[in-house]
Amino acid sequence: MSPLIEVRDLTKHFPITRGILVQHKVGAVKAVDGVSFDVNSGETLGIVGESGCGKSTTARLMMRLLDSTSGEIRFEGQDITALEGSDLKAVRREMQMIFQDPFSSVNPRKTVGSIIGEPFAIHKLYKGTGERKREVQDLMELVGLNPEHYNRYPHEFSGGQRQRIGVARALALKPKVLIADEPVSALDVSIQAQVLNLLRDLQRTLGLTVVFIAHDLSVVRHMCDRVAVMYLGKIVEVGKSDALYDFPRHPYTGALLAAVPVVDPSRHGTKRRLLTGDVPSPANPPVACRFHTRCPKAQEDCSQVEPPLQEGGSGTVVACHHKMTREEVAEIGVSWG
Amino acid sequence: MSTGEPLLRVENLKVDFPGEDGVVHAVDGVSYEVHEGRTLGIVGESGSGKTVSSLTTLGLTRRQGAVISGKIMFDGRDLVTLPEDELRSIRGNDIAMIFQDPLSSLHPLYRVGDQLVEAVRAHREMSKQQARERAVELLGLVGIPDPRRRVDEYPHEFSGGMRQRAMIAMALMNDPKLLIADEPTTALDVTVQAQILALMERLQSELGMAIMIITHDLGVVAEMADDIAVMYAGRIVETTTAERLFSAPEHPYTWGLLRSIPTMEGYTWGLMKAMASEGPPGRQDLVPIPGTPPSLINPPSGCHFHPRCPYSQPEHTRVDPPLEPVPGGEHHQVACLLESDIRRRLWEQLRAGQTPAEAIAEVEMPEAPL
Repeated sequence: MSPLIEVRDLTKHFPITRGILVQHKVGAVKAVDGVSFDVNSGETLGIVGESGCGKSTTARLMMRLLDSTSGEIRFEGQDITALEGSDLKAVRREMQMIFQDPFSSVNPRKTVGSIIGEPFAIHKLYKGTGERKREVQDLMELVGLNPEHYNRYPHEFSGGQRQRIGVARALALKPKVLIADEPVSALDVSIQAQVLNLLRDLQRTLGLTVVFIAHDLSVVRHMCDRVAVMYLGKIVEVGKSDALYDFPRHPYTGALLAAVPVVDPSRHGTKRRLLTGDVPSPANPPVACRFHTRCPKAQEDCSQVEPPLQEGGSGTVVACHHKMTREEVAEIGVSWG
Repeated sequence: MSTGEPLLRVENLKVDFPGEDGVVHAVDGVSYEVHEGRTLGIVGESGSGKTVSSLTTLGLTRRQGAVISGKIMFDGRDLVTLPEDELRSIRGNDIAMIFQDPLSSLHPLYRVGDQLVEAVRAHREMSKQQARERAVELLGLVGIPDPRRRVDEYPHEFSGGMRQRAMIAMALMNDPKLLIADEPTTALDVTVQAQILALMERLQSELGMAIMIITHDLGVVAEMADDIAVMYAGRIVETTTAERLFSAPEHPYTWGLLRSIPTMEGYTWGLMKAMASEGPPGRQDLVPIPGTPPSLINPPSGCHFHPRCPYSQPEHTRVDPPLEPVPGGEHHQVACLLESDIRRRLWEQLRAGQTPAEAIAEVEMPEAPL
């Protein structure tokens, strides 16, 4: 079966301009720079990375909230990067998004009923008032909101409940794909678990395909079947979660996993290898392998030849000339199999 | 916990903010100690009072019209009643603080070095040249490359991690005895967070200061703290050593927190992998704490946690539990009305992967939970 979504060589360069009256381009922030991956029907694909790695830009490109510079995004075999008008509207019905901040992603002047019902208005569905209200209340029930709160305003809800409003709105058109950009990072721990469980339940019952963008690696492990790790606009490693967390091959994946503080004081004392320095600017990324300036394993060839994404031999696809070995993974204590 | 006189002793601290809708009881009778050279972690969710209690230590809630009672003993002086000018000589000097957002804690129009110089010259007689040398030395100590050049740069020229390093350097300018770090890494990426946490640990072992770290992240406290206090609705509900908190937690809220966080292994905390893979799908789901944190204006009667506690008994709506030593547990205090024997049996069930409902079915409760 072919994948539901195929992303090929996707790039997004934001121009850096100078000048007041006449703007001329002096460079580009290469937010996403040649990214390829598949999303299979019914799976949850996680995209992880640090701020500025391009994970949110990738999500926005897939939703067509941003126009790509080049590359293809095929949804059910059809390239959607150039779609416009009613064709685009039809595709957007199939892909919906939930955002990070439940406070700014809902309009404070509208009632919850009209927020969740807005997709129906846009797509001219359920035109009868009673009919639309019934649909909205069903959705509210589905995401664990009290349907009687139909006429309330967002400020009357807590952060977790507002995130449920966002989920209900995203599900209104019965999409095939849900793109969740940091859906729980603004929530408290106890509420985060409620929303994560809701997303998992919905995926099971509705058979959704989910693209889950997050920076919290334990949340990603919990939620995702496959994970793609991004660094400076590129995917450095992608594979099944079990394989990637058990035997990370890319030194950056290893460094990310090693950096996570672990809720287990008995595990402390394992030698942690910390990355030094900061992420370089995406306006002027290092040549060849972008990680070579910070990589503990970097050799001469890393700054000369860009490593292609290839099978790493342990279940993941990895872009690295000098992959981590079992011994190295054990040494930094990042095997979570 | 070490013996001897603590560096900071907070006793029955209460901080109320009168407002239009009523009085917000942000901190409601909190007591804890910070010992020399040790790290106390305060964990809690938004609105649990963890930040307000630490700001009050430095007198930073006074201007917000807070009504403060209780004692904050530092070096033989009570910081609650200390006059503002004396408090000012402690703030930034003996007790220093770093905040969550390093960009808004640094003045954007002043060079980083000048801000460090100001911090030290506010408290001691030192020539500008000497102070500048100290700034360069400390920027080097916190790991800023090329400190002699960087000292003359502006905050916007620093990355997020470097800004937090600069904040730490500023806090250390006066050799504080106590460093209060309020969510010091929340705004940072994981790899940078790991750098900052490692830096704080290194500095503590080199300089011997005490650290109070306030965070919502259980991983961060597990990594950093010697002792941990868990706060809920303005109170400490459990406090003990880091080791004990994660191996033998006593409070249902602490259990709830532990069971609601995903782990790197992909199954929930305490749940063995073998158990996660058997049984119906959903077996390895997180177990969230039901409901939402309570209002601090009208907190629930009795135990503040009872409306969200799966094990609460009818009398828990009336009786307010004090923070009491756990029988048999050294340096372990908990504010829970369940009998300690029942608590222990419940936790055994929970750590074996049972849900709260299954645990209740196994353990004979005196009365059916509410």
